[in-house]
Amino acid sequence: MSKKQMSRRGLLKSSAAVGVTLATPTIFTSSAWAAGYTNEPKGKTVTLGFNVPQTGAYADEGADELRAYKLAVDHINGEGDGGMLSTFTSKALKGNGINGKKAVFVTGDTQTKSDAARASAKRMIEKDGAIMITGGSSSGVAIATQGLCQDAGVIFMAGLTHSNDTTGKDKRANGFRHFFNTEMSGAALGPVLKNAFGSQRTAYHLTADYTWGWSQEGSIKKYSEKIGWKTAAAVRTPLGAGDFSQYITPVLNSGADVLVLNHYGRDMVNSLTQAVQFGLRDKQVNGKDFAIVVPLYSRLMAQGAGENVKGIFGSTNWHWSLQDAGSKAFVKSFGKKYGFPPSQAAHTTYCQALLYADACQRAGTFRPSGVGAALEGFKFDGLGNGPTEYRASDHQCFKDVLVVKGKENPSSKFDVLEVVEVTPRAQVEYPATMLGGNLGPYNDGA
Amino acid sequence: MDAILLQVLNGLDKGGAYALIALGLTIIFGTLGVVNFAHGALFMLGAFCAVAVKSVLSLEKVTLDPTKTTAWGTPMEIRVPYIEAWFGDFGATVLDFSVPISIIIAIPVMLLIGVAMERGLIRFFYKRPHAEQILVTFGLAIVLQEIVKSQFGANPIPQPAPDLAKGMIDFGIMVGFDAGNIVYPAWRLIYFLFSIVIITAVFAFLQFTTFGMVVRAGMADRETVGLLGIDIDKRFTIVFGMAAVVAGLAGVMYTPILSPDYHMGMDFLVLSFVVVVVGGMGSLGGAVAAGFMLGILQSFASMNEVKTIIPGIDQIIIYLIAVIILLVRPRGLMGRKGVMEH
Amino acid sequence: MRNSSMSKNDLILLFCFSAAILAGPIILAPIGAGYPDLLQKFAIFGIFALGFNILFGLTGYLSFGHAAFLGAGSYTAVWTFKLLSMNPLPAILLATLMGGLFAALIGFICLRRSGIYFSILTLAFAQMSYNLAYSVLTPITNGETGLQLRQADPRILDAALGRDYGAVLPSSDFFGIDMTGYPGFYFCAVILIACFFFSMRIFRSPFGMMLRAVKSNQNRMNYTGLNTRPYALAAFIISGMYAGLAGGLLAVTDPLAGAERMQWTASGEVVLMTILGGSGTLLGPVIGAGAIKYFENIFSSFNEGILMKAFDFLPESLQHIMVSISSLFVGEGWHLTLGALFMLIVIFLPGGLMEGFNRLRTWLGNRTGGGDGGAVPDTAPAPSVGGD
Repeated sequence: MSKKQMSRRGLLKSSAAVGVTLATPTIFTSSAWAAGYTNEPKGKTVTLGFNVPQTGAYADEGADELRAYKLAVDHINGEGDGGMLSTFTSKALKGNGINGKKAVFVTGDTQTKSDAARASAKRMIEKDGAIMITGGSSSGVAIATQGLCQDAGVIFMAGLTHSNDTTGKDKRANGFRHFFNTEMSGAALGPVLKNAFGSQRTAYHLTADYTWGWSQEGSIKKYSEKIGWKTAAAVRTPLGAGDFSQYITPVLNSGADVLVLNHYGRDMVNSLTQAVQFGLRDKQVNGKDFAIVVPLYSRLMAQGAGENVKGIFGSTNWHWSLQDAGSKAFVKSFGKKYGFPPSQAAHTTYCQALLYADACQRAGTFRPSGVGAALEGFKFDGLGNGPTEYRASDHQCFKDVLVVKGKENPSSKFDVLEVVEVTPRAQVEYPATMLGGNLGPYNDGA
Repeated sequence: MDAILLQVLNGLDKGGAYALIALGLTIIFGTLGVVNFAHGALFMLGAFCAVAVKSVLSLEKVTLDPTKTTAWGTPMEIRVPYIEAWFGDFGATVLDFSVPISIIIAIPVMLLIGVAMERGLIRFFYKRPHAEQILVTFGLAIVLQEIVKSQFGANPIPQPAPDLAKGMIDFGIMVGFDAGNIVYPAWRLIYFLFSIVIITAVFAFLQFTTFGMVVRAGMADRETVGLLGIDIDKRFTIVFGMAAVVAGLAGVMYTPILSPDYHMGMDFLVLSFVVVVVGGMGSLGGAVAAGFMLGILQSFASMNEVKTIIPGIDQIIIYLIAVIILLVRPRGLMGRKGVMEH
Repeated sequence: MRNSSMSKNDLILLFCFSAAILAGPIILAPIGAGYPDLLQKFAIFGIFALGFNILFGLTGYLSFGHAAFLGAGSYTAVWTFKLLSMNPLPAILLATLMGGLFAALIGFICLRRSGIYFSILTLAFAQMSYNLAYSVLTPITNGETGLQLRQADPRILDAALGRDYGAVLPSSDFFGIDMTGYPGFYFCAVILIACFFFSMRIFRSPFGMMLRAVKSNQNRMNYTGLNTRPYALAAFIISGMYAGLAGGLLAVTDPLAGAERMQWTASGEVVLMTILGGSGTLLGPVIGAGAIKYFENIFSSFNEGILMKAFDFLPESLQHIMVSISSLFVGEGWHLTLGALFMLIVIFLPGGLMEGFNRLRTWLGNRTGGGDGGAVPDTAPAPSVGGD
């Protein structure tokens, strides 16, 4: 009926959608290079979609991601001091936008909920014409958004997501991850824990009861048992439990001498604070000092645990105290603009934005399959993590992993962690087939 | 055995917190008949009283050290809290005791907030349907927490307990166990005792003072009390303020256990409603009993031995108990007939 | 009240409603809401709120657990896609049935109590569903990540009909029409109109009268020897089916079902939608649903750059001041606007947005002089709800 009154754009879109369905069998088998692709930038600008948590528990982390994105856009467009562009080994970006088009951006709120994140990403794709979506602060959201971007035919550059599944079981051709994962955390932590605590240890796991928590628990178990540790128990705790004391009291007399907290964000802050309150850090069991391990650290969140983090081991993707040229350039650029150092979330999202822009420039197009091909197997350096490779077979970045420890004598409120060891890439690498999943073909959309 | 005793202790500790949080809510229900969805926000505001006191106490004198620079090139700042710069060790002690000090500050602040809320908003909703009370107080809760977020950010802010109360207390020795078997954090025991004191004080106030008598009479039959020429409204305002103080104090004392963030009120909202309803709407004794009962059951359900038999039981135990109690006892543990049933 | 056949006014209302919904892409384009995903959300949450209103608006039973039915519907629909066919019809059919079945089970237990006790019972069931779906039931729900389609899913019916989706992940299609984008919206819109019609029929039927009677005085009804519970249960099941249908449609337009759809905040959202729009009115819930989804998607997307552009007609210093003030309310501060809106609406327009429209109409009517016979009257003005 009133379909006839639809706007021209709407009509075009819907008929195009029908057309795509009819053409589905052929579009992926034939070379579709001649056809357009989703949100092909036609004007003088190209729109990037930054989808970060702005409300909820990860709002501060999201705000930091957004700061980094704004910085990256400035640098891509040739404003500011250029940041890591000067240390980045690929020199394709000239500071005049991407493929000669000025980079602009739209923002959205994921609320750290899959539904909200997808709705927000869809808005950017359908309404604002975003060619790429990036951001996020949890694995559930990242996987959900990655699936959406695959369906819509745009590239997804994952933000902070640590679950193996993002580039394992749930990997997609259009999705790319710079952040590390639980497998790498486990592989990096294993030897360090052995050095620090010996091989005669019994670990007690408290695990956030959802996919990321299980993934983390599995990896730590795997590598701690490899160094001879025993696992006393692995107890699942509800997400957002707040008070974890009922799970900590059984640890006291369990005979275990290491507590592994497979928690992130607020859960980590609370469970760690409470474990220390229960005297676990100063406890002696079997003649050994009791130890607490937090496999995934977030400096931003660790501040919430205050002095409780002192001496506690964990891993992180990047830390602002690193002294390589790339990290220094980034910290300088970020600190100058905002007055405080960037978090690991800010770092990974900045890198992702830069890597995407660079790949477009090298490919000479924004077409997802073209950009993807430029990213696959891409080797680079100068972005703060040492020599890094975007592995073609699972779209996961492989680089050194940082093992860190809560600092005993922090010099400022940002100076919470110290780097204990930089685990070389070779030690954390695993075959892509190990985590399962299937990339499938690229989707360029229509 | 010691594992079970520890869980009982933990349950009491949790129960004390639940009872304390639910107490103010049930007072407001019982006296004013208002479904207050902003109660969690009051709890959160109390916690942020502690944050505010601490940040005022630790206001820092910033001097620039030109010889050192930060990683981004500006001169390094040397920050010393004024209070330490002025008073030395005494200042450091004051800072250490910021949470207990916050209690003294939180009482007038929360009373003021409570009275302002009642006079400014809630009193217009006494006669309005519950659904509208819920919507307006929920809106208020969102506004309050967004204001806190814009001031203090979204991340949790640590509030350590005083050094004195940081250690563990060997509870086992007191009841004849070997040393080191049943030890419990001092602050949590303090919280438990604190909740008992507050609960007793509220009971005593309502039972043994004339004011309390009038309020109780007002709860039972508001109209008749009004006809007797007693200005019940004014007293109800004070009751609301009192409930806000109780919620706020619960929040202040909870900060060393849970680093406060702007969202914590919402997390406790559902829980406190469940406690109040299981106890019976408007029943103070019911809320206290339900708080302790749910605390202890939750502790037991979280034990590994129980979880292996019924997976996931710790996730749902509170709701499961709520369902069972409400089906067996239509008005919760101690609810009166006709309250909030329509 | 009115007799059960369609009155002229109802016909006009239905016609205007349909026209407005179908013309949505054009009408809503100027305020930035004319894109498929948001339009789909308007329609789907409109259905959800319409159903909730049948329970809450008519009987006064305030359920805090309706998100459980929405979630159950979504999971059912995705499983139907995985096991049977990518056609949306079996998916929404089964989702509706599952919503109804869930509602029958939970309603049967919860309706033994009334008032706040009923609310907490429904809340308890929904929270249990959410907590279990997030953790222990992961084999069925895929937990935090959400239930997704896989290329290797069996899809028995599709396979039997010889339909092969090749190497790509299939999306739902209605006999060849892809259910994303505008076609997806029109699919939802047609169902919304059908739901609206059905809800209108209930409002006007003797059954609807009965439900209103449950609300106004249940005791009196019981004294007359009438058992009200079957009526309340029927309303509960119908609203559960609406919720299941809405959940199914969410999966049709976007085949992913996550546990957070069942969280108490999601249940709270539909309560807010209904009250915000005007509970007990026919149109109100749809408008309330639209308003909340609009805020969530559009207000949250405003950032400093957009604000700077919006105020660039001002001198620069003033521009910066305006931007810093207004940025408190948009972007990461959009919750503040929402909270303030709830308060303002309830304080000044207890009947929700519908009351606002009615007042506006009366005011305009008075200004133009005399009663306005041509306007379409809604149902009786929202009677007070829930109170004791």
